[in-house]
Amino acid sequence: MNFDDTPQEAEFRATARAWIAANAPKQYEEELRKSSLGRTVLKNANILDVAKAWQKKKADAGWACLHWPKEYGGRGSSPIERVIWQQEEGPFGQLSRMFIIGHGMCGPTMMAFAREEHKRTYLPPLASGEKVWCQLFSEPAGGSDVAGLRTRAEKDGDDWIVNGQKIWTSGAHYSDYGILLTRTDPTVPKHKGLTMFFLDMKSPGVEVRPIKQASGASDFNEVYFTNVRIPDHQRLGEVGDGWNVSLTTLMNERSAIGAAVSTGFPELFEYCSSLMLDDGPAIEDRAVRSKLANWAVKASGLKYTSMRAISALSKGERPGPENSIGKLVAGSMIQDVATYALDLQGANGVISGEDAELAGRFQAMLLRAPGTRVEGGTDEIMRNIIAERVLGLPGDIRVDKDVPFNKIPTKGRN
Amino acid sequence: MNFDFSDDQKQLRDQARKFLAEKCSPKAVRVVLDGKAPYDRELWKGLAEMGFLGVAIPEEFGGAGAGHLELCVIAEEMGRANAPVPFSSTVYLAAEALLIAGSEAQKKKWLPAIASGEAIGTLALFEGKGNPSPKNVKLTAANGALNGVKKPVPDGAIADFAVVAARTGSSGRDSDISLFLVDLKAGGVEVKSLTNLDPTRGQAEITFKDAKAEPLGSAGEGWSILTEVLDRAAVLCAFEQVGGADRALEMGRDYALDRIAFGRQIGSFQAVKHMLADMYVSATLARSNSYYGAWALSTNAAELSEAAAAARISATQAFQHCAKNNIQVHGGMGFTWEFDCHMYYRRANAMALGLGSLSYWEDQLIDRMRKKNAA
Repeated sequence: MNFDDTPQEAEFRATARAWIAANAPKQYEEELRKSSLGRTVLKNANILDVAKAWQKKKADAGWACLHWPKEYGGRGSSPIERVIWQQEEGPFGQLSRMFIIGHGMCGPTMMAFAREEHKRTYLPPLASGEKVWCQLFSEPAGGSDVAGLRTRAEKDGDDWIVNGQKIWTSGAHYSDYGILLTRTDPTVPKHKGLTMFFLDMKSPGVEVRPIKQASGASDFNEVYFTNVRIPDHQRLGEVGDGWNVSLTTLMNERSAIGAAVSTGFPELFEYCSSLMLDDGPAIEDRAVRSKLANWAVKASGLKYTSMRAISALSKGERPGPENSIGKLVAGSMIQDVATYALDLQGANGVISGEDAELAGRFQAMLLRAPGTRVEGGTDEIMRNIIAERVLGLPGDIRVDKDVPFNKIPTKGRN
Repeated sequence: MNFDFSDDQKQLRDQARKFLAEKCSPKAVRVVLDGKAPYDRELWKGLAEMGFLGVAIPEEFGGAGAGHLELCVIAEEMGRANAPVPFSSTVYLAAEALLIAGSEAQKKKWLPAIASGEAIGTLALFEGKGNPSPKNVKLTAANGALNGVKKPVPDGAIADFAVVAARTGSSGRDSDISLFLVDLKAGGVEVKSLTNLDPTRGQAEITFKDAKAEPLGSAGEGWSILTEVLDRAAVLCAFEQVGGADRALEMGRDYALDRIAFGRQIGSFQAVKHMLADMYVSATLARSNSYYGAWALSTNAAELSEAAAAARISATQAFQHCAKNNIQVHGGMGFTWEFDCHMYYRRANAMALGLGSLSYWEDQLIDRMRKKNAA
């Protein structure tokens, strides 16, 4: 048992480290390091411009989308090399945030289902960050139950005409392309009537509206489709096979290993280490210590769970199911951590923004936290996944399984 | 990076699992649970023959000379099987204390006897209520004789010898404490069995009246030796707890698959599924923290003190969580003597206290993290 690189891994790490040291935009390092709470903001620069420039630079030198084949703009690296790169990229990895969906989900789906000519056209500029992609799955009527989506695609000659609405689309407002899951047959049971496409987000009839979140910020969008025309050659997979295609996308979403999840613990520990309470330093208070210790072992448990998965990659094995706990644990933990940090501030904890303790760091965390327990699979869906795929428990009884989609009730009560 | 056990170590785990499945069935555990024997003598002998008792003891002292990683995988299986033998007191506490601080003669006398299963050892630290602390040690040592009362002493009623923490000074510092080795079969020692939460591992009160004792380690070094013994034992116990937690989770999962209510498997209800998923989460966090503890223990790393505390807390929580919810999944049957659920519930809650309670280890963890951050 050890944490050491193999000689090949060490060599790869040294090469990556040297290249990053010589090329990374160091002027932003400090700001990026501090942006651990899900939002990356640069004071004197447009984050999108900085992110695109860094991505392009990486692509030109062969450091973009490491795990992709070379002909599509990647490096053809092994999974462990990808992890090592992430470790070495460190805070600059924050700049990859806007590309996560495209690189992690859209790209792999295109690779599996698009025509060869499309792969060669669309994947390299996706890898280099010149084009940004988004994923158009969730709808007002289809969140956790994404197969309940209602956006219609109807065949019209060699094209499809799309009408409907998507929601919770990250980055739609700066995306050039998207992958889109639609309903092409409402007369068959819901999983069987779906079809996947990719489309140009500048197509006529596509309208993007930002959602104002409970936190006040806008990270997501609604996307409306009014008679949007998509050529049939942009279909991904067979007609009616969209559900299976989307599973490829979602599997990729959940297989991101080695990506650090924010728990809020390092921030809370640092805060408590210097905080003075009415009767002494917070870190010497029995109750505070007990809370910290309980969160400390969750944070370390996640860290070493991830190390176990990385070790499996290093040996060329498939990691076990352990990594599926990450988002579930971190999501509610960051919410609890933020709540507790404000509790320690007493009545003054109610003040947010620049006038608050630590410029409102924990207040912002509190307001953002509910989203972390919903996005990318709610806590409840994550527990179902663990129960069914890891523990082998039965799936839910699905009352709509064999019912034609257009016969499924649409209202809870009248 | 290879943050995992080696193939050989995994093979040893499989071997231990197979051996225990055969020799330590729930039926065998129940002989001790029901008070018909103080521990499973046959199993103890078998563990010695398999080389498990001395797996981390050097060959020159009669052991297998493997290491702590090998001991960790065996510990996990001992926990999974809920083995009713004095493994933790003899192997994690007594043997480790000897390995850290014993003289050549002391090691020669006791370690081969431990490895062969002839000697059961224990650590006599506690004196009634309270967590590990020099100020809670009142038993005195003077002129090679001990006077005072220790309780609870794990496996005290069946132990042949004990490592005893004694007060040899009154300065109020850690250096007031020294360790001694006592032959419990000699004069001046009175042993009384105590009923306890987990009858499959006994607890005793031991009264020392001018009991003859020889120093273990240097005078005044007792507390620092004890701290290291407790850290090592915390990691090894964590593996037992991880094994127990996994077994409790499996039992709950299996019952949820077998039991029908309201016309369907109860494991198809989300309330039950989510409870089991949460058990998996805590068991996984505990396993990962324990692996880190194992790494620190096996490499003698400076990180051991922090890693041990984290493993201890995480594994204690996981075992308690899985054991209690396993009963909940079983419903009323889980609360019968006949079902095995309560054996794990008892073991989980007894183990949560044995090396000092959670609040003690929480305190230790924060102190150690602060020290690291200051350095």
